[in-house]
Amino acid sequence: MDAEREVLDVLARNAREDIDDIAAQTGLDADAVADAIDALEADNVVHGYQAVVDWDRVDEGKIRAVVEINVELDRETGYEQVADRIAKFPAVDALHLVSGDYDFAVEVLGETMQDVSRFISEQVAPMPEVTQTVTHYIMETYKDGGIRFEDGDDDDRLSVSP
Amino acid sequence: MRLSDRASDLPESGIRKFFELAEARDDVISLGVGEPDFSAPWAARTAAIDSLERGKTSYTSNRGMAALRERIAAHHERYDQSYDPTDEVLVTTGASEAVDLAFRALVDPGDTVAVHEPTYISYGPGIELAGGEQLTVPTRAEDDFALTREALEASGAADADLLVCCYPNNPTGATMTEEEYAEVAAFCRDEDLRVIADEIYAALTYGADHASIATRPGMRERTVVVNGFSKAYAMTGLRLGYALGPSEAIDAMNRIHQYTMLSAPTTPQYAAIEALDRCDDEVQEMIDEYNRRRRLVVSRFNEMGLDTFEPGGAFYAFPDCGGDDEAFAEELLEAQGVAVVPGSVFGAGGEGHLRVSYATSMRELKEATDRIATFVENR
Repeated sequence: MDAEREVLDVLARNAREDIDDIAAQTGLDADAVADAIDALEADNVVHGYQAVVDWDRVDEGKIRAVVEINVELDRETGYEQVADRIAKFPAVDALHLVSGDYDFAVEVLGETMQDVSRFISEQVAPMPEVTQTVTHYIMETYKDGGIRFEDGDDDDRLSVSP
Repeated sequence: MRLSDRASDLPESGIRKFFELAEARDDVISLGVGEPDFSAPWAARTAAIDSLERGKTSYTSNRGMAALRERIAAHHERYDQSYDPTDEVLVTTGASEAVDLAFRALVDPGDTVAVHEPTYISYGPGIELAGGEQLTVPTRAEDDFALTREALEASGAADADLLVCCYPNNPTGATMTEEEYAEVAAFCRDEDLRVIADEIYAALTYGADHASIATRPGMRERTVVVNGFSKAYAMTGLRLGYALGPSEAIDAMNRIHQYTMLSAPTTPQYAAIEALDRCDDEVQEMIDEYNRRRRLVVSRFNEMGLDTFEPGGAFYAFPDCGGDDEAFAEELLEAQGVAVVPGSVFGAGGEGHLRVSYATSMRELKEATDRIATFVENR
């Protein structure tokens, strides 16, 4: 495995690992880790670092919705152009072009359900290319970013064993 | 009730004391656990559940389900080990049963069994229960705890009848290369030693493929290989292991197994089939994670001045604590709430070392090694 991939594997699990710990875990020296991170960022492999948040546990948390969007394209407008317009809204947390019954899967974050509804009906649905939206509010999140949301310490192994 | 002398004479495991000390506190980070912190792959667990739903709760063939034995034989091709699933594979209740059966099938009263130490703690009692006597072959820190012909000769193993080999090793994490095995194999052929090769950690090697003594020339016919699902597939509690060997040895082991165990538990056999069919990727993810932890732990111990060789397998590091390992482990637990196992528990050559299991989360490993560094500074 090359150095960048090894560093990426560590960061993808825990972006808060410091350079010395990444060096220890990968067997690379600290300078090589720093170079790999610089290269990953410069090449837009790593776009940013964020916390995986369980918003249900935050006072004044956020509402999430997954919105299916169908669009109609024309000679001047392709998926890229539509995506660019949708992605510019700050409420859009993630945007994917998907295969299947609809074109875009959009993850939207808002303070309240009304916020999200208003955003879809007033900003997204009126776009000329958009032909249909279906909004699914997320009721409960069980796992996100590869991390299972649960209270956790269920290690029931014996504390010392042969 | 009057007990047999055999049972009365069996010593208490040295690990027991540390288990009790650690259990008495509730703030302990334990680096003393000899099993994975992962759960069995979900696909394997669902296969077990599915088999129960389909009512698959009867005995299996004494030797284990044919479908499982075929997959085990195919799986071992990756180690260049070739065994006939019909009469050279025996599925057992954990690798521990396979080790016990091997002793009972291969050891006559009065036979001498050479065991390299430090090593896993069950061989001595198993040999004793089979009526044999253990001959200890100490391995040395300067050899990174590999077994050498020199060590075998120096301890008088030429007169032994059998040799137990456990690599990748618990507690040291040491592995053997093909070259290192070549000289041990030559010794076994020269001195007509049979071998029980406990390779339960074979899947957990880092940077180099697992080497087996059974694949050295002339060794297959004198070796019983023991392996299982506990470590690689994180299935310790499902108790499923197996033995591979020449048909006369496997037949003999099966004769004992059919009276004492009848067959290995059925539900885990279904889980194991699924594990072998579909869980390679999950095992690889566990190996990658163990490898990251291994490097971190080894580098942290070396940084704090506890000399630690680079272990090639299993999930243990074996730092040199520079003195009385029992006192170190007890004081560490008392002062910092970190549990490790003193190396001397695992026999000759383990003294002055600590067995540190990195089968625990990265976060806990960092916290535990920070605490150990503080302890070492203040000591």
